[in-house]
Amino acid sequence: MNWQAIALSLQLAVCVAGILLAVGLPIAYWVTFSQWRWKFLVEAIVALPLVLPPTVLGYYILVGLGPRHFAGRVWQSWFGHTLPFTFGGLLVASVLYSLPFAVQPISAGFEAVDRRLIEASWTLGASRLATFFRVLLPLSSAGAVTGIVLSFAHTIGEFGVVLMVGGNIPGVTRTVSIDIYDQAQAANYDVANRTALALLLFSFLVLATIYGTNRRALSLWRRP
Amino acid sequence: MKSIQFFALTVLAGLAIAAPMRYARARNAASLQRAAAKPCGTVTVAAASDLTYAMNEIAGNFEKATGCTVRLSMGSSGNFLTQIENGAPFDVFFSADVAYPKKLEAEGLAAPGSTYVYAIGKIVLWTRNDSRVDVGKGFSALRDPAVRKIAIANPAHAPYGRAAEEALRHSGVYEALKGRLVLGENISQAAEFVESGNADAGILALSLVVSPAMKDKGRAWNIPENLYAPIEQGAVAVRAAANPQGARQFLDYIKLDATVALLERYGFALAGKKLARGKP
Repeated sequence: MNWQAIALSLQLAVCVAGILLAVGLPIAYWVTFSQWRWKFLVEAIVALPLVLPPTVLGYYILVGLGPRHFAGRVWQSWFGHTLPFTFGGLLVASVLYSLPFAVQPISAGFEAVDRRLIEASWTLGASRLATFFRVLLPLSSAGAVTGIVLSFAHTIGEFGVVLMVGGNIPGVTRTVSIDIYDQAQAANYDVANRTALALLLFSFLVLATIYGTNRRALSLWRRP
Repeated sequence: MKSIQFFALTVLAGLAIAAPMRYARARNAASLQRAAAKPCGTVTVAAASDLTYAMNEIAGNFEKATGCTVRLSMGSSGNFLTQIENGAPFDVFFSADVAYPKKLEAEGLAAPGSTYVYAIGKIVLWTRNDSRVDVGKGFSALRDPAVRKIAIANPAHAPYGRAAEEALRHSGVYEALKGRLVLGENISQAAEFVESGNADAGILALSLVVSPAMKDKGRAWNIPENLYAPIEQGAVAVRAAANPQGARQFLDYIKLDATVALLERYGFALAGKKLARGKP
């Protein structure tokens, strides 16, 4: 079993979950409470990765942000290298790709909070920020937990984007899903099978833990 | 929020309903063609991605000459091997490595005695025209620190990747360059990495860089053939072929002088004429 690939996938998933917690909360707050009439456009953009195949995102990162295009050259002049073949590149791709998995459950959690409690907090003099952290977030923690766990799990399972832009560098971009693919291609079925089984058990354990400890959490995701 | 989820669900449901319909239509069209076409119907061909350009032309010629229809799938040889071992519906398999057809034959999954070495692949060092790397200097040009990423196919399962690694090792530069290698899933992806400018140089199949799509875009250096074992390309008729007669006909067509000349034009050495190979 390729422990390096497993460690890399875990590292990537933890970073993605962390970033999406920081980015997802304000986006979800805005999506839930904004009165802007064109809000649905933002909602559609956030939900895009649910519909788009990973090849689309992979293609734009490889070509659109490649050194032959303007955006890629700007990126290169800022960071010294382009996105493909780097851990940072996988990170950017994974954050974009898992965005709806964080924003949608968090937002559903916010929606489920009684508006009167929030308004009461405001009228009692608490600032919007204090209300957010002391009323809204504690009351909707299940949604936030679901969002973070789903983006973590979704990143562990990511394959298409990584295959397209990763370049398969051991310890940098060879994630566990790529490793399984390589082993299967090289007809090392035993190794592929062991890693695949480990991943299967791991995913099951994560989801079982969430269901077991937080019964409401996933129901928020499935809410129509 | 509810409306967007409803919208997403509607779109998904629509796709779920439409997809099988499209598939059914495609299948219908295929069977109609099969019925109309004489004499060998539809031949389903799996071909290694170094053949991307050559095979399109060969298939077109074959269709014109015989009235058959060719359905082409391009991909990595290792992937096709696994798929055929697991019942993929291909009639003919063109591998970038003759070892795979031989393996299929040994496993009883290919028509006995049908393995045929149709060409010998060659590798080149390639950069884009706008690159400052002077590939004319050979592998030593790669020692330049400005060359940050070098694309090759994955040596673990792609024959061109194996040859590339072997050539780098024989030239004594592998250890120095190891950290800069990026691996394409197959040789076409390695080419895409260089062509898109994300990798500074690549070790690619000659057959790809002489193709119309890449010919004018970069410079190539022919890697001396004594640096790597010949990349023997093998084709085989799949045992479980839906169209065994078409498979045979297509394999015969590959042996014709005109097709051999076409392959040579696409940068393959002639089958049968093994390359002289000296120890470096």
